[in-house]
Amino acid sequence: MRHLLSTADLSRDAAITMLDLAEDMADVATREVKKLPTLRGRTVVNLFFEDSTRTRVSFELAAKRLSADVINFSAKGSSVSKGESLKDTAQTLAAMGADGVVIRHSASGAPRVLAESGWIDAGVVNAGDGTHEHPTQALLDAFTMRRRLHGNASRGKGLDGVRVVIVGDILHSRVARSNVWLLATLGAEVSLVAPATLLPVSTSEWPVTVGYDLDAAIADAPDVVMMLRIQAERMNAAFFPSAREYSREWGLDDERVARLPADTMVMHPGPMNRGLEISAGAADSPRSTVLEQVANGVSIRMAVLYHLLSGSDS
Amino acid sequence: MTARAVLQQADIARALTRISHEILESNRGSSDLVILGVPTRGVLLAERIGRILDDIEPGAGTVGSLDVTMYRDDLARNPTRAPAPTEIPAGGIDGKTVVLVDDVLYSGRTIRAALDALSDLGRPRAVRLAVLVDRGHRELPIRADFVGKNLPTSADERINVRLVELDGSEEVTIQ
Repeated sequence: MRHLLSTADLSRDAAITMLDLAEDMADVATREVKKLPTLRGRTVVNLFFEDSTRTRVSFELAAKRLSADVINFSAKGSSVSKGESLKDTAQTLAAMGADGVVIRHSASGAPRVLAESGWIDAGVVNAGDGTHEHPTQALLDAFTMRRRLHGNASRGKGLDGVRVVIVGDILHSRVARSNVWLLATLGAEVSLVAPATLLPVSTSEWPVTVGYDLDAAIADAPDVVMMLRIQAERMNAAFFPSAREYSREWGLDDERVARLPADTMVMHPGPMNRGLEISAGAADSPRSTVLEQVANGVSIRMAVLYHLLSGSDS
Repeated sequence: MTARAVLQQADIARALTRISHEILESNRGSSDLVILGVPTRGVLLAERIGRILDDIEPGAGTVGSLDVTMYRDDLARNPTRAPAPTEIPAGGIDGKTVVLVDDVLYSGRTIRAALDALSDLGRPRAVRLAVLVDRGHRELPIRADFVGKNLPTSADERINVRLVELDGSEEVTIQ
């Protein structure tokens, strides 16, 4: 594998190999010296055309734990704000000898363009493109579920039969798309719950069931409830009447959490809008995996960078 | 080319028993001893040595594994390798005498990687090396302390170690 662009490209074996690799990487965080010499002398460029805190920091930490050199490049304050094209930016980075590029872009498909254009001979990792995909987020979510379910015996296992409900703004969510493909590959049963205005038209071709009623989904006692962020920056139309109404119908409040089985996980990719899609009580409860997801993100990204950058192409 | 068996099951068992006694002798007992196998077959050999040590002095066999994949010097030259788990016993390795166990000692590069990996995990009082077969052709100044069998080989010969847990049969062959 040269690039990680979409979770739809991952076979079941490849996905499980990646999750197992992340188990090894997670052990590094518990050691005295939290560093491996594996990618010494390699250069990773974080190419972020969109704002991000946790994903960029997570990739940066992952690359540094593998001893790679990291260059952070954000659109603000760079030549991109002077009108430089993606092609010129890529060729500039290629001339500087980048071995890996982690790209976040507001245009869906930008990472694939970068990977297939020949502008740059580097491994490309999609760190979120428009409303398309965010593969490392899906991998870390699957990793978090597997660890909660199987603990230290996680290696080699999929997520067969795990029932996952994804709630919220499916339409704009790259996290939801990547999760749908990956979870289906790993054998989980995925259902989507959202207001009809925030569901894409294409869901009939997805390996999911679709519902509109969060209370009904909760009554089904799912294994995982994944809340998505209401993305204020993409709310360019009246998708729901008001924040209060959204919160009442599709928000995970304390009362709904109380109706969930005790071992149901509550997940959120962050950043959270507390009081909108998730209540503070739900976010801070023991079933919440929010902070585990952040910690596991570093392990997953180490695994991805190792996988893409360590070996030779032959 | 045909394979010729150089060690049979009984020979391997005797070699491991002797190595175990030598480990105890050189360590003057079993105190602060940690046996770490290098995956894949080194881990199996380490577990066997641990059991033999336990028979001789109960409680002596503290066994773990040490994966060296991330520390290899040939990562960039080969397709991506999948690492194996590293399991360090609960007491850690600080101040302990660590005995590394591997099946075949050849260039010495795996052991070089293992020494680097160890230094990231803690500071052992001493590190020793036990191998089932030493086939020569060292590329680094590394030497085994406990050797099952010295096998003079030429560089184009192959040594295959088969262990019953993994390979179904138990022998060392040369071809």
